[in-house]
Amino acid sequence: MAGILSTIRIAFRALWVNKMRSALTMLGIIIGVGAVITMLAVGQGASEKISEQVASMGSNLLIVMPGSMTSGGLRMGSGAQMTLTLEDAYAIERECPAVAAVAPMVNGVAQIVFGNQNWSTAVQGTTPGILAARDLALVSGRPFTDQDVRSATKVVLMGQTVVENLFGPHDPVGQIVRISKVPFTVIGVLSEKGQSIMGHDQDDLVYIPVTTAQKRIFGTHFAGSVRSILVKAAGAADMERAEAEITELLKQRHRIGPKGEQDFSIRNLTQLLQAAEQSTRVMSLLLGAIASVSLLVGGIGIMNIMLVSVTERTREIGIRMAVGARTWAIRMQFLVEALTLSLSGGVIGIALGVMSSEILSRLAGWTTIISPLSVVLAFSFSGFVGVFFGFYPAYKASLLNPIEALRYE
Amino acid sequence: MIVVQDITKIYRVGEFTVPALNGVSLTITRGESVAVMGPSGSGKSTFMNILGCLDQPSAGSYLLDGVDVGGFSKDELAAIRNRKMGFVFQGFNLLPRASAQENVELPMLYSGVPAGERRRRSREALTKLGLEGREHHLPNQLSGGQQQRVAIARALVNEAPLLFADEPTGNLDTKTSLEIMDLLTRLNREGGITLVVVTHELDIAAFCSRVIRFVDGVVVSDVRRETGV
Repeated sequence: MAGILSTIRIAFRALWVNKMRSALTMLGIIIGVGAVITMLAVGQGASEKISEQVASMGSNLLIVMPGSMTSGGLRMGSGAQMTLTLEDAYAIERECPAVAAVAPMVNGVAQIVFGNQNWSTAVQGTTPGILAARDLALVSGRPFTDQDVRSATKVVLMGQTVVENLFGPHDPVGQIVRISKVPFTVIGVLSEKGQSIMGHDQDDLVYIPVTTAQKRIFGTHFAGSVRSILVKAAGAADMERAEAEITELLKQRHRIGPKGEQDFSIRNLTQLLQAAEQSTRVMSLLLGAIASVSLLVGGIGIMNIMLVSVTERTREIGIRMAVGARTWAIRMQFLVEALTLSLSGGVIGIALGVMSSEILSRLAGWTTIISPLSVVLAFSFSGFVGVFFGFYPAYKASLLNPIEALRYE
Repeated sequence: MIVVQDITKIYRVGEFTVPALNGVSLTITRGESVAVMGPSGSGKSTFMNILGCLDQPSAGSYLLDGVDVGGFSKDELAAIRNRKMGFVFQGFNLLPRASAQENVELPMLYSGVPAGERRRRSREALTKLGLEGREHHLPNQLSGGQQQRVAIARALVNEAPLLFADEPTGNLDTKTSLEIMDLLTRLNREGGITLVVVTHELDIAAFCSRVIRFVDGVVVSDVRRETGV
């Protein structure tokens, strides 16, 4: 048994003698591993970005929509009937334990005017629960309260885009704006949320108390009806329970028997997240697969050079066999050499991959995330390549006949 | 002790068969110094390769210390070479990129001797052969005689009882040749090592106590005598 340490030293020396050749061989692995690391980082970054965007909608969200209406055999689409009321929203908040926050929505588009500026934006009538449901924060001012909702005060919370368009750099808190000609006091400014996955600007909106929206801006067909109810479940695991509880509660409140047609529907917004994550996972897998092809090519380079090396060092192999090296020891020597090439290439490749991901994220502005798993994966894959492509040359070396090897010129 | 019985070796070259050894039977006892002579192509090198377990006979039996090595695997033969045999070649056959000391350590590398002891024993062997201070020289920094002494140190370091030398002086000048032969026969006399030297020079063979002549794959003479030195 030749000591593994001496074997490694022998391998390093053999590689050092042919510096240029070893470096070029390693380059194949370096590029391969670098590409794998970079591609996985890009894929991971993309999927993280999507999760972030979906989370910016608010996490663990359910949306309760009014149901369809059948009128003379003609079925209207979802939301055709205003069957949900503010009272339903309060009831959900009161009676469903799996629910963390509830925000009824009465929304539409309206023109906002401040001084000589005006801007058309989404106006959403809701309750203070919206802040918790959509994970919103204020950068200045105060949120509206239940008191504001009860007394239908004319106060407004503004999104960043609206603030920019009406006020420019100035703080709008305390100013009076007109929404559909009705004067409102700006009481707070929402923090920035960015784009949604659909490319929709989530900062281009204002929130007003739901009662104010119903009475002053949009009016309602039926007193107290709302367009939809946004519900945030207590946790990701509570989504289904929350859905069941709401269904049960609304059926009771709307007096729908077990066989009756539901006049509302509940949508789970996390399904959207799952679909998006799935597609990015497929994409990163694809990127990684393409990158591993270059790693494979690098491995073939190693095999090529190792075969040349075995031929060149036939005499050395003969000497080693003559003094008692067994098949195993000869095989080990060349295998360790191949492994040294591929693993050193792997380490340098990881450094290169980390660097190029960094450059990509700086120059192209892509989010790249290097997970420890991808580093471990790339490193062990390069080791595997070394063993796989080093085995045949090592095997070939060990089959040499000692006398012929000794006579080889 | 080496006992070979009716050994033949046939090489196959294309569709021709070339007999290199044609029924050789010999006994070499412990502590002998044997010169194997003969013109080129007489089978003397083939004979030594078989004795050195580098090659196997096509037919016949080879008993080494009472054990028939005929059916041994490649690895078993390697183990025997490692423990029982040392080789000295005409072309020295040192690893060109390894220092003198590393070359001497080589057999111990394959017999699992720990690094510290390898270093100690290889230095000891080199000192014994007058190569003190040259441990870290590469073979191409040493003269022919020095290289051959490194090779001898390598052959001795595992305390092998058998030493095979294939034209050990073929690449050396006369003075150095005599020194090397003197060294080898002294190891034989004082160290009790069995020495087998393949040579075609009479004055080299004269160092040995027994001279075996090969012609066309058979032994034509086998003479024992008192050593002349």
